[in-house]
Amino acid sequence: MVTLAQPEASSLGVREIRKSFPAPDDPLTSRLVLDGISFSLAAGELVSLIGPSGCGKSTLLRLIAGLDSADSGELLIGSDPITHPGAERGLVFQDPNLFPWLTVRRNIEAGLVARGVLREKHEEVDEFMRLVGLEVFANAYPHHLSGGMAQRAALARALINHPKVLLLDEPLGALDAFTRMRMQDEVLRLWQARRTTMLLVTHDIDEAIYMSDRIMIMTSRPGKIERTISIALDRPRQRSSEDFLRLRADILNFLHLAGKA
Amino acid sequence: MLQEEITGRPEISPPKSTTQLPSAPPQPDVNAIQRREGGLKLGWRAQLAVPLAALVALVIHSLFSKRAPAVETHSYTLFVYEIVGVSIVLAIAQRFWTPLRSWMRHMCPIFTVAILALGLWDLVTFGFQLLPLPYFPGPAAVLRSLISDRVLLLDSTWHSLALLLSGYMVGVLVGLISGICIGWSTPIRYWGMPMLKIVGPIPATAWIPLAMVVSPSAIVSAAGLIALAVWFPVTMLTASGISNTPASYLDVARTLGAGRAYLIFRVAIPAAVPNIFIGLFMGLGASFLTLVVAESVGVKSGLGWYVSWAQGWAEYGKVFAALIIMAAFFSTVMTLLFKVRDRVLVWQKGVIKW
Repeated sequence: MVTLAQPEASSLGVREIRKSFPAPDDPLTSRLVLDGISFSLAAGELVSLIGPSGCGKSTLLRLIAGLDSADSGELLIGSDPITHPGAERGLVFQDPNLFPWLTVRRNIEAGLVARGVLREKHEEVDEFMRLVGLEVFANAYPHHLSGGMAQRAALARALINHPKVLLLDEPLGALDAFTRMRMQDEVLRLWQARRTTMLLVTHDIDEAIYMSDRIMIMTSRPGKIERTISIALDRPRQRSSEDFLRLRADILNFLHLAGKA
Repeated sequence: MLQEEITGRPEISPPKSTTQLPSAPPQPDVNAIQRREGGLKLGWRAQLAVPLAALVALVIHSLFSKRAPAVETHSYTLFVYEIVGVSIVLAIAQRFWTPLRSWMRHMCPIFTVAILALGLWDLVTFGFQLLPLPYFPGPAAVLRSLISDRVLLLDSTWHSLALLLSGYMVGVLVGLISGICIGWSTPIRYWGMPMLKIVGPIPATAWIPLAMVVSPSAIVSAAGLIALAVWFPVTMLTASGISNTPASYLDVARTLGAGRAYLIFRVAIPAAVPNIFIGLFMGLGASFLTLVVAESVGVKSGLGWYVSWAQGWAEYGKVFAALIIMAAFFSTVMTLLFKVRDRVLVWQKGVIKW
């Protein structure tokens, strides 16, 4: 195993994942949420997963995080199967979910405390607070932070464990439009600095095109990956360039048609 | 400042900007303060209300004090003079000292009414003797008991405090442990919850007959009863706090590599602390009740014992004196717990008010 001190990424393999939940109105029947999802992410890739709400994007992320288990199929980090939640897969939610009883600094070091390695790695806490520009707010409590700052703290908290894969579940969805655009650059910067494999769930098509190497489009009931689009544009991308807008129209068109079918 | 820090790092592409700053920690708004002080003009009414009330109390007392031997009213007469003196000093001092002025402005209605109530009490009992004696002595008699019996009262307070603290501590400790177990573990919850729901609501004082038989000493059984009274609300609220820990916090902790110990001690328990404090307050109220009842029934010391002893001799001045001490004692303990809560729950400041 490579030491955790090195930023390292790992590939992610998703093979024929099926997951169903009891139907809300009739607990005896079950509703298929994910129907044979398969894809893989290369190490260091940033891939978006978009689709209508309720298509099972978040469920899929929870499965990869190990918080739930699939009915069938296989999940691999590198070549290791995923069975439990673990520090090598970071997860950032739409709600920053900072622990309100801890200061920003204590929140960011939570992963080190949880793994019992705070003593060896405490200087990394400063490094990560600087990385997300929060060192001034080290001793502030989360309720003092704005939405964007809280989300940056949540990103630092997830990154301090040097996850091989970072799962982002609509991390910018609750922010206003301007903050969101700034945070997209922030996440890209972190991605370029850490070279972590990232899987980004979003329902913002612009965000997906602006940020990712590839976009996977899901449809719902049951959730399936209908199409994968590679984005070959150079970074930093222009949100109003012709290629950008063509991709956008293409995806909108596809989602619209898929919705009708 | 924030932006400079980040853009100062050469190896990373400059972020466009950071998000907006958080709402700054409440800075005193200079204008607001000036406006407030401007509004704090020395109203004659605010300045004179308290001294006037004190004078009314003094007049009431002097009208009737000749009727009784000087020994009986002497201390109270002095006391009322002191009130008059202090209120005049305060009225003058607030002219020159602004913090005192805003405090006095806030407290002035309370002081006025409290002093007038004292006068009314004097009038109704000592003055016109409208209430039956010896059950309702006047303030002068109560003050005299308070002073003459001070050694015994102090000793009783001390014994009550020791008994209260030992019972409360045990109850809180056991309550926290059982609450955490019931809140966290499903099997313990299955067996513990019904037991808690059946045994818990029985008032601790109802166990007194049994406790007297079981325990060798009255003190030990009283401490046990107080602990029991505290244990129930603390357990109940702790358990509900633990089991209502937001699932998202637990999920986050799991993805950060947390084991069970971290999930319990660093996520579930901190998340339950606001609830736990409600349990601690409810338990404190229950412990006061149990303490006083236990002391007046079995234990041969403490304020509860003092009250029933004084009642036995029909010395109601002493009964009221003990009640005054109790009020001061219990509200001090309560205030201390509030202070502890404010300390522990700084992270919550502004979120919850109670």
